Amino acid sequence: MENIAPQLYTLLVFMVIGSIVAVETKNLLSAVISVSAVGFALSVAFLFMGAPDIAITQLVVEVLVLIILIRGTILLDNTAVETHRDTLAVVASLIFFGLLLGFGAMIFGSKGFPEFGEPLMRVSRVYVQTGLPATHAANIVTSVILDFRAYDTLGEVTVLFTSVIGALALLRKDGKVREEEVASV
Amino acid sequence: MTVYFMCAVLLMMGLYCLVAKKNIVKKIIGIVIMEYAVNLYLITIGYKKGGVAPIIEKTTSPELLERFVDPLPQALVLTSIVIGLGTLALMVSLVIRLYEKHGTFDMSQISKLRG
Repeated sequence: MENIAPQLYTLLVFMVIGSIVAVETKNLLSAVISVSAVGFALSVAFLFMGAPDIAITQLVVEVLVLIILIRGTILLDNTAVETHRDTLAVVASLIFFGLLLGFGAMIFGSKGFPEFGEPLMRVSRVYVQTGLPATHAANIVTSVILDFRAYDTLGEVTVLFTSVIGALALLRKDGKVREEEVASV
Repeated sequence: MTVYFMCAVLLMMGLYCLVAKKNIVKKIIGIVIMEYAVNLYLITIGYKKGGVAPIIEKTTSPELLERFVDPLPQALVLTSIVIGLGTLALMVSLVIRLYEKHGTFDMSQISKLRG
């Protein structure tokens, strides 16, 4: 696929529209479904950009995100809370947007940053050239994850483990009750 | 360049949702949208024009190796996506507990009740 720009822009416009719907709709269930539509479009965009591993992972994770978020919203009866707007918050996010555009123009305008479609491959060239002889993995992405940068992966797995332990500790049914809480009840 | 700008627009959409909305589930949705934007931006940086996926087959020639897209951002984003799922599960379990305690998703009411 030589020129992916039309497909990529179509998907990006779809993602922006989907996130606008997810942010602005009143019903929480439709907001959750819209954010999932954004995630599936993201998966297709990854597929166009030569990242099939990421696309598969994003697809699986997106289904799980949909299930978790629906568990968080639909079983609770109060699904249509009125959302209020704060003028201070709107002004703050507009200021952040301006700051981001300003610094982004400074960075992207300078000569050092690569254009879209011409990545810096200084480190990655070594991985691509020596990946198969050094690690015997045909997929360079997995050879980077599990061999060249295995310590990074170990740290990230630790973060994942900690968050899962936190979720389990929050959701367990039979917890200890402190004595003063028993007295107050 | 326009691709990077669209990623920034998506990021700001998530930030606006995170800051301006009072509903906790909407705040979680904002965080999820920001994660999507950052992952998309990192993969976009690694894309090479006319690039192919970095998977070596028997028929792969040395010229095709030069057309591979950058595998390093892909490897880092792969774990980042899964970590996003773990933190989302943590946030949703917090929201479920908050709802059981206070009976509402409204952030302003929850901070009013205090204990």
